[in-house]
Amino acid sequence: MSIRRTAPWLIAVAAVCLLGGAAPEPAATPEADQKAFQAYFKDRFPQVPFADFANGPYAVNAPMRKQWEDIMQFPPYDFALDEGKTAFETPFANGKSYADCFANKGIGVRQTFPYFDTKTGEVVTLDLAINQCRTANGEKPLPYQTGMMASITAYMAETSRDKPFDIKIPDDPRATAAYEDGKKFFYARRGQLNFSCASCHAGAAGQRMRGDILAPALGILASFPIYRSDWGSMGTIDRRFTSCSLQMRAAPLPPQDVQYRDLEYFLSYMSNGVPISGPGTRP
Amino acid sequence: MHAALSSNETTRRATLRLLALLGVAGLAGTARADAPGWPEQAFHQKTPDEALKLLYGKSFEMSDKVTLDVPEIAENGAVVPVSVSSSLPGVTSISILVPENPFALAASYKFAEGTAASIGCRLKMAKTSKVIGIVESGGKLYGASKEVKVTLGGCGG
Amino acid sequence: MPSTIRVRAQASGTSTDVQALIQHPMDSGFVKDSDGKLIPAHHIETVTFDYKGKIVLTANWGPAVSKDPYIKFAFAGGAKGDDLTVTWVDNLGKTDTLTAKIT
Repeated sequence: MSIRRTAPWLIAVAAVCLLGGAAPEPAATPEADQKAFQAYFKDRFPQVPFADFANGPYAVNAPMRKQWEDIMQFPPYDFALDEGKTAFETPFANGKSYADCFANKGIGVRQTFPYFDTKTGEVVTLDLAINQCRTANGEKPLPYQTGMMASITAYMAETSRDKPFDIKIPDDPRATAAYEDGKKFFYARRGQLNFSCASCHAGAAGQRMRGDILAPALGILASFPIYRSDWGSMGTIDRRFTSCSLQMRAAPLPPQDVQYRDLEYFLSYMSNGVPISGPGTRP
Repeated sequence: MHAALSSNETTRRATLRLLALLGVAGLAGTARADAPGWPEQAFHQKTPDEALKLLYGKSFEMSDKVTLDVPEIAENGAVVPVSVSSSLPGVTSISILVPENPFALAASYKFAEGTAASIGCRLKMAKTSKVIGIVESGGKLYGASKEVKVTLGGCGG
Repeated sequence: MPSTIRVRAQASGTSTDVQALIQHPMDSGFVKDSDGKLIPAHHIETVTFDYKGKIVLTANWGPAVSKDPYIKFAFAGGAKGDDLTVTWVDNLGKTDTLTAKIT
């Protein structure tokens, strides 16, 4: 009895769903996004242990990995790391230091960045926090992208090595909006080449783009800042966002632009659980 | 320290690659103060044979007792990890050549007695090329050769 | 001024394993800057490793050695606590030296 009455109803619903009818869907939450995102990459790369996504192209290509392991015997970021440690431990002119601006004196906290500052209503990345610390203590802000900023973030990343990303989205519509903004950026096509981040780092992850192997988006920020052989120097997340924009023949945004910070927020939250592997080396 | 990068970055890098590929000899007239004992002439030869003749006064024969560890496809031509080792006795020198580079001789090492016949280093390769590892043992030269593919990085940048 | 030389020398019974990383631009002289001017050649030419007065390795380098160059080798002997001195000289006559302890 019940089957005969249910069946037509089921068929009707199925028809509506298949035909893309008006049945309202629950809005995807960041948690649901994250689950789907991580499941996508685990399915694409079943041989890769989850933590290894921190190693980008090296997790998905064995001959590249061997070259990386060779270079990691004595990584070229060693000088930047030392420079960063010294700078981090040197007090400002007013006697305070970076340790006063961060939880746990700034040691082992990189994996909690970026976070959403509910007081100011914006995403705060580690780089931004470092400059906020400097200006609050009468020091000039550091230029982004490379140099001393990369050295200090290298040191702070090293103190968090192997700690899993632990990004929070507070129950605040502004935080959700920032997350959604970052998500939109990731999936939006841009530039003359009309690629989105997802085009290469989701759809084509693990494949070659000329001589490079495209890293999966999952965990892609875990190894920053990086010594890139291509640059012959250190670069932060900003440097890579900017240079990638240029390579897509898109106008890059200024470092720490709201959209770059939101993008970093989205990518980092998607990578919760992936361990920090920075500072790192890349081709 | 570097200032914020400009859009000249990609142009610069495209130029770097082009120049490297063209093998432009650009030893602009800088005040040179070469280190004593540095085999200047050998480092300025185009071909491996010319470089080896100046360095050792001889040519080499292929030997399976020379082991060359290089990647098949370089992740980046600017930093290619290369290792050369040998089971031959009494090795006094190891040299590494990249024939397709503007100058073939990349590096040359002299060993004291007791130093192991093994060297690891990181080299620049302008383009796809053989890498030749040379070992001097008992006054003779032995070599091994492998090709390393070098391509442009992704995105043309 | 922090040294441009990093050394890791580890004694392992009858020999010592050495890895060194040197901070140096290793400009080949073939590359142009963004204004189209050639960046002059500026690269290390020789590196020596001195153990108890004996040069266990001499490296002669050309412009094809990578930026922030690296070296890995091993020599016979060496004990924990001994000194190993690394010295480089470049084509402009600049130099740096570091004495590290074998671990």
